[in-house]
Amino acid sequence: MYTANGESYFVVDSHVHFWDGSPANQANRYGKGFIECFYDYHRNLSPEEWVWPLEKFAKYSEADLTSDLFDTGYVDRAIFQPTYLSDFYVNGFNTTEQDGVVAEKFPGRFIVNGSFDPRDGEAGIERLEALAERWSLQGVKLYTAEWKGASKGWKLSDDWAYRYLEACERLGIRNIHVHKGPTIYPLNRDAFDVADVDDAATAFPNLRFIIEHCGLPRLEDFCWIAVQEPNVYGGLAVAMPFIHTRPRYFAQVLGELLYWVGEDRLTFASDYAIWSPKWLIERFVDFQIPEDMQAEYGVLTPEIKKKILGLNAAKLYDIPVPA
Amino acid sequence: MTDRAAAWSALATVRDPELDEPITDLGFVAELTIEPAVDGPGVRARLRLPTYFCAPNFAYLMVADAYDALAGLPGVASVDVRLEDHFAAEEINAGVAAGAGFGGSFPGQATGELAELRRTFHRKAHAACLERACRRLLAEGWQIESLADARLADVPESPERAGLLRRRADLGLPDGPDAPLVIDDGGAPVPPGQVAPRLRFARTVRVSIEGNSGWCRGLLRTRYETTEEGAT
Repeated sequence: MYTANGESYFVVDSHVHFWDGSPANQANRYGKGFIECFYDYHRNLSPEEWVWPLEKFAKYSEADLTSDLFDTGYVDRAIFQPTYLSDFYVNGFNTTEQDGVVAEKFPGRFIVNGSFDPRDGEAGIERLEALAERWSLQGVKLYTAEWKGASKGWKLSDDWAYRYLEACERLGIRNIHVHKGPTIYPLNRDAFDVADVDDAATAFPNLRFIIEHCGLPRLEDFCWIAVQEPNVYGGLAVAMPFIHTRPRYFAQVLGELLYWVGEDRLTFASDYAIWSPKWLIERFVDFQIPEDMQAEYGVLTPEIKKKILGLNAAKLYDIPVPA
Repeated sequence: MTDRAAAWSALATVRDPELDEPITDLGFVAELTIEPAVDGPGVRARLRLPTYFCAPNFAYLMVADAYDALAGLPGVASVDVRLEDHFAAEEINAGVAAGAGFGGSFPGQATGELAELRRTFHRKAHAACLERACRRLLAEGWQIESLADARLADVPESPERAGLLRRRADLGLPDGPDAPLVIDDGGAPVPPGQVAPRLRFARTVRVSIEGNSGWCRGLLRTRYETTEEGAT
């Protein structure tokens, strides 16, 4: 809970990681390139005092994680979003099991999401069932640009993806977090295009599709589908930290999202450990649309901020919110 | 005779298709050298991008366009363009040097070439430029409904006008003074009632492109710890 100016904010950090990107776990140059890319995101958009050395960033401790989220970071509940990258890392970059071990030590603080890869076929559906049972999954995080041997990605509209989404419905997994990356088959098409989410959201009206990074770098494509599909949400990971380096751009992105998607379908996220929730939350609660942009975008009220910071995600995950 | 300034100007015609800006302004040209030889000068360029995982299709377009721009210079005997520090650099460099096309550079990974991708991003760039031009007219007192009657000639000489005309040419859309200002992606005039929604979405496209450009510039600075200008 974060309290400022007489207002209390229940905080759900909808996208956190506990990864191992250290050299010992890197399987090849792609693993090295991936963590270095994340590290550049981290150093480019974090306030100076929040920038870690690469060694710590590649593999931080459980104590770093829980302290930064709960002791100093105001987070009431954090949602683990796995990112397997099995072709890049020996033991995977951030698996459901890695997250689960920590979650079990801190009951009531974490929600463990799973993942699936439609290219795993029938065997993968069985693994998803086992994962759902073991961790009581309410959500999955999907990374469509994940490499798998010769394959450089997949789409939500693929036949097998639909089979997995049907399994999710059957297993009570209602929150489908979608992360777009730079590669997808076929490589000649725009990999960041979210049109496949549109198809899946129409085909599965009972599932909620939370588009991570609100579709960035295709904000416009995301807004276009979210306005038509009531079960599409925007996750604010990656958009949030612009509040520090480029506050006017942050105001524009948030203004666009509020116009097209609305205040009930946006969820706060730090993408920890790329960024840390404490400074994001403090600045967001203090933030206002600059005066010269208010004619276009309106103003942010405490009610809007409360929804974004926690209440919207609490609804998606049935998290009780203290009165 | 090709000198370095001419080669730089040639590279300045190459744009990042996604960010709609010249690769020379974005700092993507890390090195440019001219090497004299008996049969004519050889031009060598090194390109770099903001991340190791920048989308390979856009990276390919920039390398291939840079190659073509330099090869088109008068008297040039050889051209060597190489992308550095990128996961697919090897495939892209080899494919461009061999003239293999995108499909030939990524066998089994692509279903075609990149013309449609380029066109998609030309359309986005056009929408953003249209919004900038209309924003200028609105600031000068035009009413949004009346923009349906506006012609290109109504947009005064300005960076907004120049930008819009160039994107019209990219797409083969009407760019004469009497051409309607507010048109759809196919070139058809937008009826008065549809002008506001067309411009509203175009604004989102503009915010998106400008935001991505700022993000990429920042990442390039962080990655190479340099100012953006690159090999000027």
